[in-house]
Amino acid sequence: MSADSHALLGATDRPAERLPPVTELAIATLALVVAGGVYMAAHIPGRVPLGPAVGLAAAALAVLVVNVAMLSRVSDFAWPTFTRVAGWTLLAYLVIAGMLEYVFVYDHTPGRVLALLSGMLAVFAVNVPLVLGFTVARYQTPASATHEAVGT
Amino acid sequence: MDVTAGTTQALAPPIDHVGSVPPVAGARRTISVVPVRGLPIVAVVLVGLVVSIAGNWLWALDFFHVVGGGLWTAIDLFVGLVVGPIIGRMSIPARMEFSSRFMPKMVLLMPTLVTMTLGSGFQLARHLGNLSSAYPNHAWIVASFVVVGVMAVIALGLLEPANIAVLFEMRKPQPNGEVIGRLMKRFIYTAGITGLMQVATLVIMTRLASA
Repeated sequence: MSADSHALLGATDRPAERLPPVTELAIATLALVVAGGVYMAAHIPGRVPLGPAVGLAAAALAVLVVNVAMLSRVSDFAWPTFTRVAGWTLLAYLVIAGMLEYVFVYDHTPGRVLALLSGMLAVFAVNVPLVLGFTVARYQTPASATHEAVGT
Repeated sequence: MDVTAGTTQALAPPIDHVGSVPPVAGARRTISVVPVRGLPIVAVVLVGLVVSIAGNWLWALDFFHVVGGGLWTAIDLFVGLVVGPIIGRMSIPARMEFSSRFMPKMVLLMPTLVTMTLGSGFQLARHLGNLSSAYPNHAWIVASFVVVGVMAVIALGLLEPANIAVLFEMRKPQPNGEVIGRLMKRFIYTAGITGLMQVATLVIMTRLASA
């Protein structure tokens, strides 16, 4: 038994459903988005060759979609806690992403570069709440366990 | 984050054999994940940053960058290399007591400092022509992007989730000491790594300032 599953056992006193590698995939998404952002920032305000940046952004989006899909298949999970934490975090990171977007628009960033940066910001603003909500919720009692306890 | 407070032990009792901390009646203290009283200060800082960028106020941009960057670097170094190892040697109940007071402040402080430093820094570099590839020290600017990028991945992917998860665990009626210990260990290691990376930031920034 892994340390994580032991911790879950301690929290809920019953076997836990094996969780997908959400944290690892979210870190991969973050690394791809940050690499794309650094690549573009290194070229701005000059002409940005978009090929590598598009590749990094597409890879980040693909990993994020796979991550969300894998997590959404987990039934035995503290979804109310996840939704609460991820929701508030999303609000906070929309403010941060909005600040960055404001700077890009204010600096008259060219259309295609701005569109790509905005896409990367959107992936960033969804990915961070995902990993935060998951990390908190994995240690909380799943809703099904609460119902079982009430039922017995 | 739900800022409705949870509770924990003010003076945490010993951990039992399975690692959970038994509740003690009458010795519980309120924990808020996000300190609501700090939000107006954050709002003032962010509005000030937006106004400085919109007004192209070089002094204000410099102020935000130097103050924000100085605090960010110093706090990362201090937490990673001084406070972290001290927490690591504490008992888990003592860590819980410390963390319940320390971590909510970090939840608000660090994202604010990072946003004000990076937002003002990017604008400052643009105004001073440091972003241009013709700038002689452009490689150092790109190096600073890379350092910040790596720190962002560590902080957002590992450190901050551990920080929030510890606070939620401590809000439970019966916190699991083993979970808290493991998450705190993650927090301490990642804080140490970002602290060491801030040394690179200091080298790059002093190099750029003296160029």
